Amino acid sequence: MKAATAILTSALCLGFALPAAANRVFVSNEKGNDVTVLDSETLEVIGTYPVGARPRGITISPDGKELYVCASDDDLVRVFDPETMEETHTLPSGPDPELFVLHPSGNPLYIANEDDNLVTVVDTQTHKVLAEIPVGVEPEGMGVSPDGKVVINTSETTNMAHFIDSETFEIFANVLVDSRPRFAQYNDAGTKLYVSSEIGGTVSVIDPASQQITSKISFEIPGVLPEAIQPVGVRVTRDGKKVFVALGPANRVAVVNGETDEVEDYLLVGQRVWQMAFTPDEKYLFTTNGNSNDVSVIDVAANKVVKSVPVGQQPWGVVVAPN
Amino acid sequence: MKGRIIILLAGLAAANPALAQDSGAGGTQTVRAAVLRVDVPRLPPISRLDTRPEDLGFAGARLAIEDNDTTGRFMGQDFEALEVVATPETAPVEMDKLLAEGIPFIVTLAGDADTLALADQAGDRALVLNAGARGDALRGKDCRVNVIHTAPSHAMLADALAQFLMWKKWPDWFLIAGSHPEDVALADAYRRAAAKFGAKIVETRTYEDTGGSRRSDSGHVQVQKQMPVFTQRAPDHDVLIAADENDVFANWLPYETWDPRPVAGSAGLVPRSWAPSLEAWGATQFQNRFEKLSGRPMREEDYQVWIALRMIGEAATRTQSTEPAKLKEFMLSENFEVAGFKGQKLTIRDWDHQLRQPILLATPSVTASVSPQDQYLHQSSALDTLGIDRPETECKF
Repeated sequence: MKAATAILTSALCLGFALPAAANRVFVSNEKGNDVTVLDSETLEVIGTYPVGARPRGITISPDGKELYVCASDDDLVRVFDPETMEETHTLPSGPDPELFVLHPSGNPLYIANEDDNLVTVVDTQTHKVLAEIPVGVEPEGMGVSPDGKVVINTSETTNMAHFIDSETFEIFANVLVDSRPRFAQYNDAGTKLYVSSEIGGTVSVIDPASQQITSKISFEIPGVLPEAIQPVGVRVTRDGKKVFVALGPANRVAVVNGETDEVEDYLLVGQRVWQMAFTPDEKYLFTTNGNSNDVSVIDVAANKVVKSVPVGQQPWGVVVAPN
Repeated sequence: MKGRIIILLAGLAAANPALAQDSGAGGTQTVRAAVLRVDVPRLPPISRLDTRPEDLGFAGARLAIEDNDTTGRFMGQDFEALEVVATPETAPVEMDKLLAEGIPFIVTLAGDADTLALADQAGDRALVLNAGARGDALRGKDCRVNVIHTAPSHAMLADALAQFLMWKKWPDWFLIAGSHPEDVALADAYRRAAAKFGAKIVETRTYEDTGGSRRSDSGHVQVQKQMPVFTQRAPDHDVLIAADENDVFANWLPYETWDPRPVAGSAGLVPRSWAPSLEAWGATQFQNRFEKLSGRPMREEDYQVWIALRMIGEAATRTQSTEPAKLKEFMLSENFEVAGFKGQKLTIRDWDHQLRQPILLATPSVTASVSPQDQYLHQSSALDTLGIDRPETECKF
């Protein structure tokens, strides 16, 4: 019986291992000034590479050929070859870039400049600044609609989500949300926009068509004081059914039903969980845990944390290569 | 830079029909407030680095008004804060002028006695936001229903330091208090904190303020001999705590003590509402904005005025109203919360109108820790482990 189980288990492992391709996972370490690269299949660290001063926001081009890192204290975006981790060039970003979002086509890049109340738009091909869009006080979160027509910026002290037309660079709507909005994320169908409020402790669900808040998700965890529940990163599965919300110093990721907006589960992860990224097959979700210097790996289907992997000092952002 | 933002934001407001409607038919409505600073003649500080800037507190007000106006432009709301300097003698006259003008929100930067007198003078004509006075009596037996305290109390500051020292396992304290009434009150707060958290005060000494200037051409020469003598023959202790609200002696204590022990309290590791070194929780951007505006680092008084005016702005945003009674009611309701770059929402205690807030423990160059410490739990808010909690309050409105 025991032998039979062992054989079966290895057969299962093989069965899973074959279709899932390994992807590289890039984690920016804010204090370490480097990026830790993991293998999404073995969950082992491949290497750690210097990327400039105070790396925070991190993203990758749709073709997987360019890795973008906000080097906040260098006041620019550094671009790397994801295979070799050699820096290929830099992009102008405006002062203190923190978070950014790529247009779904891979161009341009929209960057929030926290210190200057601006969103900077940069052409990733010509490396030129296309526009500087003044927004509210302390711009932070950046989102883009799946069709690429609308860019969202959240301003932390003005407490608004600004809707920006990606053609004209004009703001056409502002939605007041709870205190310190940090992150904006559309579902893939473009029917819901999620905006997390770190100090308010909520996620506003906004109807992008009418720019009205349709519901507000709040969180309650036994044994965790309400002040510690600080929603930051938000990720939605491609089918829109599961929404993951990183709850900062509550050390939990909430799993929200994307249809009913109800919280269904809380997953215990590392300390001060900040940003998250799926593998392309949505088998795993990686979370950066800034105060425990590790990454938690969540099995998306099972709603279960399967592993934590030590990375560099104060991990902040994470992105998974598409190929 | 400033001009560009203003022009664009005006454009934004116009471009947003949804929010523009909220401002009503009359267009922009104004929320009026004032900052009344009562300056007491005082000697220059021990350190020239601590010289009081002319715009102390007012610079915080200017940043708050800028912040409020940025959001206000989307909401059809405008904010203003008059800046008034008074002496204890002229303060009642200045207060009368503000009340006569119908200013509904008055932020005060004054000592305990002046704050209490001004609050009584205002009565139900204005809400007073105390951004200066730290005495526990103002939140206790002398509490007033028309006052909200954004300055932390002595008890909050003492508890914040006590939690950290107990976490360090430094429970034996040598307390040196100045001779002014507020020093005695602060020393009482340390005694209370010691009893609350299980520390022991091995001895209390009084450092008499005998007058005279606090600095001289000889600088450290005499002090280097005086401080060891003053602190010698104390019982064994882990840390020396100074209670010196008037900058008479505490700043001379670090490294000059008889025993090789760290100094905390009014010098060394100082519990405070704000420190220009704080970088966490988005504070860097806040510090940068302040420094661009005022050309100097932010002080506690600036922060305490800033948060007071931001509370008014936040109430106006959330209620979508500029009516003073509505704003006051909302600020004192359980739904009120405000963000203050301290990592969590700040709220108001309903039993004494004290703003709950984390307290920074800062050295002259870094923020070494922030209390409450994680190990101290509370059934409703960890912030209520700092200061006078509901069951112990002497306040009756």
